[in-house]
Amino acid sequence: MVTGLINANPVVYERKERHLRSSPVVIDEYAVEPIDQLEIFEHVRDIKDPEHPYSLEELKVVTEDSIELDDQQSYVRVTFTPTVEHCSMATVIGLCLRVKLMRSLPSRYKVDIRVAPGTHATEAAVNKQLNDKERVAAALENPRLLEMVDECLAATYI
Amino acid sequence: MDLMDGKLELRETQKLEGHSDRVWSLAWNPVTGTGGVLAMLASCSGDKTVRIWQQGSSKSFDCTAVLEDTHTRTVRSWAWSPSGKLLATASFDATTGIWQQIGSDFECVATLEGHENEVKSVAWNASGSLIATCGRDKSVWIWEMQSGNEFECISVLQGHTQDVKMVLWHPFVDVLVSVSYDNSIKVWVEDGDDDWHCVQSLGEAGSGHTSTVWASSFSECGNRMVTCSDDLTLKIWDTSGNPSQTSGDGYVPWQHICTLSGYHGRTIFSVSWSSEGVIASGAGDDALRLFVANKDNLVDGPSYSMLLKKEKAHAMDVNSVQWNPKDPQVLASASDDGSVKIWELVDVSQ
Repeated sequence: MVTGLINANPVVYERKERHLRSSPVVIDEYAVEPIDQLEIFEHVRDIKDPEHPYSLEELKVVTEDSIELDDQQSYVRVTFTPTVEHCSMATVIGLCLRVKLMRSLPSRYKVDIRVAPGTHATEAAVNKQLNDKERVAAALENPRLLEMVDECLAATYI
Repeated sequence: MDLMDGKLELRETQKLEGHSDRVWSLAWNPVTGTGGVLAMLASCSGDKTVRIWQQGSSKSFDCTAVLEDTHTRTVRSWAWSPSGKLLATASFDATTGIWQQIGSDFECVATLEGHENEVKSVAWNASGSLIATCGRDKSVWIWEMQSGNEFECISVLQGHTQDVKMVLWHPFVDVLVSVSYDNSIKVWVEDGDDDWHCVQSLGEAGSGHTSTVWASSFSECGNRMVTCSDDLTLKIWDTSGNPSQTSGDGYVPWQHICTLSGYHGRTIFSVSWSSEGVIASGAGDDALRLFVANKDNLVDGPSYSMLLKKEKAHAMDVNSVQWNPKDPQVLASASDDGSVKIWELVDVSQ
């Protein structure tokens, strides 16, 4: 049984200035506006860490650069960095990222969530689980887990 | 129809809507669609229900029954008994439901309990006397059907080290296949004393898959099997050897024939082998693909090539593909987009 916190003293980083998006010169106001990296980052930066009162951005679990995107192919990949190598919360954090993007992006999107290479002891196992949609679906039918995920996501819906 | 010569197209004939969540799986009723009996199809979903789709005289399908209020979580898969009279549902709620058709209604007549958590798949053997179930608890259970809709668990098979995704019986003999998140395919037989055991494990060392194996399908005569995986390949196996024949001299009953790689860009969730020899695959890139064995080129053993690819067959992942067993030109597919589609393979070269 784990007692206390998994990572008792995480390094907290400064939040990035929220730059208002410079609105492009509107040529055709009905044209489809492509989704970009920053927009994806906006969806996930405020997700709360499962055990600390900090956001994933503040803990540098996600950065704008950790998001790869191909809007034309409707593809997003988020590569996150757990705060410690043995973080048992890695799958929960990954699940939060997946659920948030599932709820925020158009359904045509394919989302892959990965642990940054070399940053987690059981990287392959975590990646495999996070990208098995059947296990994700089953996990989200677990009320306790869903409540935990919703709690972490609450701040992102403002 | 000569598949390799014509110009073929997969034409959508109907889109069946009604489920309020992703559709995980579908199956054709094995005794319908022949001898004047119109085809019947069932689909199950994350919305916790099963829908029965009945073909009408105009050839189009209508939903004639919704099986609900029995499972409290996702219905992941289900299977018809060979007689088409009973059907079994595997649910994430850890139970397997047995349903009986009474008139045009379906009634849940038994519930099989025992798995620790999510049941992922259920299958009837060829004679309809045995049911196999599998699930996230890494086990495969074999149930024997008794009189009066009673089912007794006769064996709990341990061997997989992870989540078991699908169970499937050989079309003629009582040989059971299970595929798993542990990347392996296991073959199980009874030793004549009601004792079931694993006689072969097709793993990475034997040219097996390198990631989760999601599904499997046998050719009509049962001497070939195809498996599909998260490793983005399809693998064809020679299953003509008798797995019950055990001997110490390194006899390997089932063997790898070939691997179809480079065709799929995302996880392959489902595969189905038609009675005309066409392999259909459904994948996470929303596409359907058809493969056939090449006629020539037998020097290095059988080889397979892609017949056609249907891009954007669905708006989201394709979870299940099933050829109509009685009409090998007709394919059904199910998707995360909540719909089921009926397709017809047509020759458009004329």
